[in-house]
This record gives sequence, C-alpha cells and structure tokens, in this order.
Amino acid sequence: MMALNDISFDVNQGEIFGFIGPDGAGKTTLFRILTTLLLPDEGEVTLMGLDCRTGFRELRKNIGYMPGRFSLYMDLSVEENLNFYATVFGTTVKENYGLIQDIYSQIEPFKNRLAGKLSGGMKQKLALSCALIHKPELLVLDEPTTGVDAVSRSEFWEMLKKLRKYNITILVSTPYMDEAMQCDRVALFQEGKILSIDEPDKIRDGFRRKLFSVKASDRYKLITALRNFPGTVSAYPFGDSVHVTFTGDELDRSVYEYLDQTGIHDVLIHETRAGIEDRFLELMEQGIRHKAQGIRDKVGEVK
Amino acid sequence: MRTIFYLIRKEFLQIFRDKFIGRAIFAIPIVQMLVLVPAVTFEIKSLNLCIVDRDLTTESRKLVNQVVGSTFFRVIFTTFSEEEANDLLSRDKCDLILQIPSGFGKDIGKGNPVKVFVSANAINASNAQLSWAYLNGVIGDYNMDIIAENTGNQGLVTVPQIQVTNRYWYNEMLNYKYYMLPGILGILVLAIGFLLAGLNLVKEKESGTIEQINVTPVKKYHFIIAKMVPFLVIGLVDLALGLTLGKLVFGVPFEGNIALLFLCSAIFLVAVLGFALFLSTFSGTQQQFMFTAFFFMIIFILMSGIFTPLESMPVWAQTIDLVNPVVYVMRINRMVLLKGSTFHDISREIVALTVIAIAFTALAINRYRKTA
Repeated sequence: MMALNDISFDVNQGEIFGFIGPDGAGKTTLFRILTTLLLPDEGEVTLMGLDCRTGFRELRKNIGYMPGRFSLYMDLSVEENLNFYATVFGTTVKENYGLIQDIYSQIEPFKNRLAGKLSGGMKQKLALSCALIHKPELLVLDEPTTGVDAVSRSEFWEMLKKLRKYNITILVSTPYMDEAMQCDRVALFQEGKILSIDEPDKIRDGFRRKLFSVKASDRYKLITALRNFPGTVSAYPFGDSVHVTFTGDELDRSVYEYLDQTGIHDVLIHETRAGIEDRFLELMEQGIRHKAQGIRDKVGEVK
Repeated sequence: MRTIFYLIRKEFLQIFRDKFIGRAIFAIPIVQMLVLVPAVTFEIKSLNLCIVDRDLTTESRKLVNQVVGSTFFRVIFTTFSEEEANDLLSRDKCDLILQIPSGFGKDIGKGNPVKVFVSANAINASNAQLSWAYLNGVIGDYNMDIIAENTGNQGLVTVPQIQVTNRYWYNEMLNYKYYMLPGILGILVLAIGFLLAGLNLVKEKESGTIEQINVTPVKKYHFIIAKMVPFLVIGLVDLALGLTLGKLVFGVPFEGNIALLFLCSAIFLVAVLGFALFLSTFSGTQQQFMFTAFFFMIIFILMSGIFTPLESMPVWAQTIDLVNPVVYVMRINRMVLLKGSTFHDISREIVALTVIAIAFTALAINRYRKTA
C-alpha cells in the first residue's frame, strides 16, 4: 500500500502550515518522514537546507516533534520530563525558558506530578513544552488537538500563534476542518494525495458555486429530503444546518414547496460563504468523479 | 557524557519509581537463594528400602544391620515374598529392594562366592544411580569385613589387595550446596540482566516514548549504554547480596578473590544485557520479548553445566555452548569460590566472556534503529 503518492509542497520559514485531512489520509506517515523517523521509498525531502536521508543527524537537533500519541514518560514528573528532554538536546530549561514560559507556566504548579496523572490538556502543554525546549527551527505537531476539549483546543492555537514571533516554522496536522482557518496556509490531504494548497481564505474562495445554508428542526429528515430534491447538486451536514448547492447555481424556490410536502415546515434558507470543509468535500467529489471517469475510460479501452 | 549520565539517571528514577520492581529486585534474589540452594540437591538421605531376607542367618542379619546402620537407608518393609516387594517398588512405596537368597550364610561359611540381588526404582535415573551406588558401597564394606575375617582365620597370610581411599578436592564433604550455590548465583544475575533490561527497552517501544527519543540527537550507543548500566549495577548488588547470604546462611567457602568474581560477573552481565537488548530490537511488545527471552534463558541455563557436566554433552551441544555466556560464569564462579582460582587460571574463560560481551553489545547497538 502506498501511504503518500506524488505530493510536492514548499513551506516558508516561520509560517504555520496545516495538513487537513481525515484519518488515514497519510498525515502521520508524512510527519514521520519529515522528522527523520521514516525514510521515503522515493522522492526528495529537504528541510532547512538538509536532505532527510543524509542530513538527519543535523536535522534532529533542530526539529521539535510532538507525536499524535502522548509519548513522554508517564512515570516521570512534569519537571523531570522537561529536564530530561532539555539535557538530551544538550541544553537546559533555564536557557530556553523564555520560549516556553507562556505554555509551561500554566502547568508549573503541577511540576511534581507524574506526567501520567495529568489531564489531556495539561499533557498537551507539557508535550509542547518538551518539543520546544531546545528551541527548534521546525516544530512538527501531529494531531495535537485530537482528543482535547474545545477550550483547550482554542487555547492551544493561541499558544502556537504566539510562537510566531520566534520565527519557528510550525507544521501541524488536524482532522478538524475548523482549525484550518488558524493556519497561514493549509494543504488538504486525502488518500495520500494533496488536493489543494493555499491560504485558508483562498481555499474557501475556490468554492465557486453559490452555497446555501438550510436549517430546520429535524436535521436528519431535512438532509434526506434535500438529497431527494431533484434540483439539488450536493447536500452536506454542517454544524446544525445543511449546506446545499442547486442546479443553475441559484436558489430554487420550489424547494420550499418540496420540503413542505415532505412535512418540513420550519425551513430557513440563506446564502452563506463556503468553509474549508465545503471546499474539501467538493474537491473530494471531483476526485472521485475523476477516478470513476478513469475507470470508465479503461473499461472502454478494453471493450 | 552529560547526556549519558542523564539518561542513566532517568533509568534509575524509573526503575525505583515502580515500587514493585524496586522491591522485587532485591527480594527475588534473597528468596531464590534461600529456596533454590537447599532445594536443588542430589544428596540422598533416608532412602526407603525393602528387604527380602530368605536366609535369616547370622551372616544375612549382619548385612542387614550394616545397611540399616548407614545413614542413607530406612527399612520400611521386610518380607519373604519377592512379588510383594516388587509391588511396593512399582507403587513407589520404596526406592530399593535388597534380596538375600537362602544359603547365603552357609556359602559364606564355606568360603563360596555368594550373590545378593538389588533392584532400584529408576523413574528418576540419577536418583536410582546414586542410591544404587550407596547400597553398593555398604555391601562392599561388608565384603571387606568378610575377607578380613577369613584371612584372619587362616593365620597371618595377607591377601594382596588395592585399597582405594577417596578425597574429594575442593568440596571435601561433597556438600551439594557448595556445588550449587555458585551456579545459582550465576542464574540469579542472568535473570536480572536479561529480563529487566530487555523488557525495559520494549516498554519504551510499546508506550511510544522511544519515538520521542529517536527524533533527538541522542546517539545509538548512548541509548544502549544507558539501558545497560543500571542493570549492570543492580546485577552486581544482587550478586553481593547472594554472596553474603551464601556465607551467612550456607557457609559457602570464599577461597578465591572476591574482586575477581565481581569483575567476571560484570563482564558476564554486559554479555547478557547486550544479548537481551539485541533480542528486544526484534520484539514489538513485552509479550513477544518474554516469550523469546524465556526460550533463550532455558537453553542458556540447562546447557550451562549447572546440573549436568558439560563434558557429558554431545559434541554439537558443546559447540553451541561456546557462545553461551552462562557456561563460563558457571565455571568461573565455582572455580573462584571453591577452588580459589586466580586470574591466570581462568583467563581463558575471561577472554571468551569478553569476546561474547563485545559481540552481543555491538549487535545490539547495530540492530537498534532510530529510523524505521
């Protein structure tokens, strides 16, 4: 199986670059290559001017990595973990304390607690502190916000933004589309391929059709009805509403009538701006259509 | 250097933070010594004997008395029926049957050769061999007495004969504990080094912490050495503990230089640790490691010569044993403790152990990959 296929991208120094894609898209494999944990079978990877095959020794000094799974020592305390990673990188906590102060000060009151006994949000802060303690130029964060509550998630993004002033390049992956907006640029990832790379706003602009947000009290009934409506091109659930595009790229007025007939009477429709998720789903559908077309062509050739 | 020191410090912290392991490291060797040394013994006391005396003369009674008089045997049954005696033997009620045929006393009186019949329960072959040897010895003594009496009767004519007297060098009393204790010390050190170190590394794999270490600039040999040193120290502390117990509880002799013993054990530990860490690079889970480690430990121990002398093994087995570190430590421990061997006497073993230690450690460092 090929985890990554025909991908190519550049990341500028000091930017927050997001990899957005569902589970199994190949994000972790990519990150393991970028952190010198895995060698690519083919292709070239250059980080900070060093090749990942030959320059890995030098690279390891300059990369901070936070794996998707909490990988610090559960049986060491907060302080011991931090000291350990500082020493392993040949530095001290004191030397780079300024860099992690904002983050570490929040868990410092618990510095004698074992890492295994911390809450999810605190573990995340400790892991970030440990990944930063040697002042890396590149910070690689593999799904740092997965399994963390909403408040801790937005706090975490605030912390990352604060790191901008140190000119640290941050690569971050997430399965949450809404977090894409927090990045400077994002790559949409699907089945080992990059669907699109751009600034989040531009990715949203890539969605050319008019998009309508439809709301009703019974969302499940609404989405089935909308998908059955002949004038619908696409209908996807989005939060508490449904995002719909219609044929002719205009609001088809007959949809009110249609929904009324199916027993949905409290419909609210208004035009809305496409989010990253809408664009992602659109790109995915196009991809599937292309694939389907490819298969059809091949079948045709055989015939 | 600072990195290595800090890595080692971290290992110690983790080992002793686990309360169970922290205690077990010192409790297990104590229990092992106190239980295994007295338990694993070939010495045989109070063998159950069944006597079938069909003669019932002064001579036959004298033989029976002589047998009973030795400390090894306990007569649990006397009968005239061979069948009954065999039945007891097959039901495991007795270990040996001594049959004295009728006419035994008469023949001795006439100076004719006589025969007795001994059957031994050989379910446990070494047990049977030993008990047979003991009984044979007693009968031999009786034989000597008869010869002495007869020659005495015939005046001062001496029958030329060879008297064999034994002296068991290095273990005069044939105290089996003295023989086993140095061997068990070796096994104890083996278990500590092999299991703890290997499991430790695999645990880092299982919990994913090794991933985080692998992206750091820590060198491969730093990492492996830091995994070895703590268990080397613990192994030597356990050896000291075992030796102290051996002296205080079992009074085992310390003929040789104790420092030499520790030096050899340290080399042995490096070999064992290197092998364990090498093995652990093949296993992804602690379960996998335990399974392979058990397999190798059994081979190492059973082929080490702790129970069966190396020389009686087939040649191919002896060839395999060239790379079995336990073989050397077994020999060194016994030679240094019981015989007082010096560095010079065991230099061959030391060289072999050192070569094995270097080879296994190099393999471990080489096999450990920071990149998948």
